[in-house]
Amino acid sequence: MSKPLKQIHLAAHFPGVNSTTVWSDPAAGSQIDFDSFVHFARTAERAKFDFLFLAEGLRLREQGGEIYDLDVVGRPDTFTVLAALAAVTEHLGLAGTINSTFNEPYEVARQFASLDHLSGGRAAWNVVTSWDAFTGENFRRGGFLPREERYERAREFLDTAGELFDAWDGGEILADPVSGEFLRDASPGAFAHRGEQFDISGHFNVLRSPQGRPVIFQAGDSDEGREFAAAAADAIFGRYGTLEEGRAFYADVKGRLGRYGRTPDELKILPAATFVLGDTDAEARELAREVRLQQVSGATAIKRLEHVWNRDLSGYDPDGPLPDIDPLPGENTIALGRASVRMHRDPVAVAREWRERAAAEGLSIRELVIETTERQSFVGSPLTVAQGIDALVQADAADGFILVPHLTPGGLDAFADTVVPLLQERGVFRREYDGPTLRDHLGLAAPRALAPALAPARG
Amino acid sequence: MPVHPSPSHSPGSAPGPALHLAVALDGAGWHPAAWREPGADADRLFTAGYWAALVAEAEAGLLDFVTFEDSLSLQSTDPAGPDGRTDLVRGRLDAVLVAARVAPLSRHIGLVPSVVATHTEPFHVSKALATLDYVSRGRAGLRIQISERPDEVGHFGRRTAPLDPAELYGEAADHVEVVRRLWDSWEDDAEIRDAATGRFVDRAKLHYIDFEGPRFSVKGPSITPRPPQGLPPVSALASDVAVYPFLARSADIGYVTARDAGEVRAAVAALPGTPHVFGELTVFLDEQPATAERRLQRLDAAHGAAYTSDARVFAGTAADLADLLLEWREAGLTGFRLRPGVLAHDLPAITRGLVPELQRRGAFRRSYEASSLRGLLGLARPASRYAAAPAAPAATASPAA
Repeated sequence: MSKPLKQIHLAAHFPGVNSTTVWSDPAAGSQIDFDSFVHFARTAERAKFDFLFLAEGLRLREQGGEIYDLDVVGRPDTFTVLAALAAVTEHLGLAGTINSTFNEPYEVARQFASLDHLSGGRAAWNVVTSWDAFTGENFRRGGFLPREERYERAREFLDTAGELFDAWDGGEILADPVSGEFLRDASPGAFAHRGEQFDISGHFNVLRSPQGRPVIFQAGDSDEGREFAAAAADAIFGRYGTLEEGRAFYADVKGRLGRYGRTPDELKILPAATFVLGDTDAEARELAREVRLQQVSGATAIKRLEHVWNRDLSGYDPDGPLPDIDPLPGENTIALGRASVRMHRDPVAVAREWRERAAAEGLSIRELVIETTERQSFVGSPLTVAQGIDALVQADAADGFILVPHLTPGGLDAFADTVVPLLQERGVFRREYDGPTLRDHLGLAAPRALAPALAPARG
Repeated sequence: MPVHPSPSHSPGSAPGPALHLAVALDGAGWHPAAWREPGADADRLFTAGYWAALVAEAEAGLLDFVTFEDSLSLQSTDPAGPDGRTDLVRGRLDAVLVAARVAPLSRHIGLVPSVVATHTEPFHVSKALATLDYVSRGRAGLRIQISERPDEVGHFGRRTAPLDPAELYGEAADHVEVVRRLWDSWEDDAEIRDAATGRFVDRAKLHYIDFEGPRFSVKGPSITPRPPQGLPPVSALASDVAVYPFLARSADIGYVTARDAGEVRAAVAALPGTPHVFGELTVFLDEQPATAERRLQRLDAAHGAAYTSDARVFAGTAADLADLLLEWREAGLTGFRLRPGVLAHDLPAITRGLVPELQRRGAFRRSYEASSLRGLLGLARPASRYAAAPAAPAATASPAA
């Protein structure tokens, strides 16, 4: 008897600031008008996706001392657009990335609890952190958070928010006009958190929300990030390209849950993935090649190379060979506000590796950048893509995927119309939502206290 | 144009500029016992449907806008902290999120959430209100307030009580200045999508705001493009003349709690540059004056104390209220923000009683005449402060020359 088929979780990322979006396509619409978000969200809901996801960036990026102008730029406020989307959808989860560095727990907990009330239990929070002074220049707090404190602050931020979410137990409101008792409890919402990062106390003023707490997401491949997710998150966004890497990541992260008293199914592993569909595999491959060329122009490729070289490379020909000079040592100063820059921890080694690869495979700068920035991607006919997604999930390389279309807002339409029915026929994806809340979609139980679960991380 | 019935003979029916009307939404209404009234829906105060229904009623009455009250602490009769009472509405949802949640369900009415400047980030507030303007297609406004409450200080842990109100208003003025500069930090045509050069935006039309103040500095630009209205209207309440300098500096609409026409004239004279000065009134409306008075007494009895307010409390008929509003219009006000004593009763009394009364007197709109809040308020859409003046017709470099 083979084991039962795993059910796939699917979500959609509304493309934010990035080079993924092919904004020059005639079918590309606004990145900011609400109509775009409505179209995108309604397609995701029609396809019975678990949730819609928004990323975040709190400062316009700069490169070479100027605002970076080659990518899509400009995005709405996360909470506000998600609250509005709650009015035009019924089931779709609404997930937002909110920074724990440039916010305060009381306000963020209030916003998420409010969003959960206003959406009937569909809120999710992707907890991220930042330490850079560049972004800090837009905030009262400034940029003084030492880099090494970022997970410490994120952990304590999440602990503190959890205490606020739990400050009401759900039974306080009586609202009995006859007796005149609005409250059963004379002092609801009491909390006190005394910690290194936050020392706050008082009364939370939002009553317990339908999910109790929003669903918690976490991104990050580092050891610290994995541990943080194992301790405190309901889902983790991974990033990897192969079955082997995916399985290794999956096994590693799921293996960490036991030490927090959690079972493997309490944390979903949902890597981001792009997709390109065609009537045939060959047609899809051809289209995918065109998409990549549009995403990575010659100018974009040079700028991307500068992230590693940390110096002005504007004199180089994108269709020519890689620079034979080495990256400038020290803190990267050429590109500001980009996470990808920090992923190259040893730029000299990366440059050597890229030069060797380009020489071996005969790749130009632009071709190399296209190759190295490729993400997990499903390319092919609807059947090929459905099989590819299902195979990775059944092989425990993931529990599902967060799909990132290259077109806004219509990029999900074909997937909803062609791939989803095939997954449903295979019996690996829902035909209807089981319940009203995002926790229902993800198969997650009612939340429990996070703070005790985090304790072993300190030991 | 349809011919309207001739105006009534009531005083104050002389032709004048149309009044602007806003309603302040808070809990079940402004009387502390409002939640106990029939139809108050007190067990639904924390649902989207409750707020959507109120906004729909206000929009059916052609009101200019609704405001949503907010605070970062439990409501209390004690300025220092929770009062331990169980007989009053306690708990709130975030006002900006409530406004955003109802925006797609309404079409014309302005949506004005309250924001506490004292504990929030102007960068976040700016993009949140810009986004509210996008999701409402140009109907967002901001009502800015400060908080001196020591319990709120404890909720954030960054300051030490007591706070000095004068300093807080100074900080709030800086907050509003930053919010507006960020709205202006993208010129309207910054997004160019120039496929030839690969540029999505023209960086010459994106601007650092470089704000430096005693409490915070903000670099900019915003991450959200300039909102549909350019600058959504900013409003603030002044229950005290000491707050007038803040209104004068920061508000497009100032709400003043004058008690009589003389105080109205003084307020208007003190705020010569403020585009709109609205009167703030709590209202209890019924068909007969005595009915309204008795209802107020019944509410007071349920509450165990007479209702008091910073604003004038009006209990009477829609016609009498219309007289008062038009008298105060003569004294210089351009509109009113009405606080319904009981939302379930007094909001419909405004939309179905007061509004037709004002229409009969030619003092209120009969249909929405504009699609944006600025438009409803008769405020032009401003250009970005950072936009270069339109270039003069090119006198040089003509290829044909």
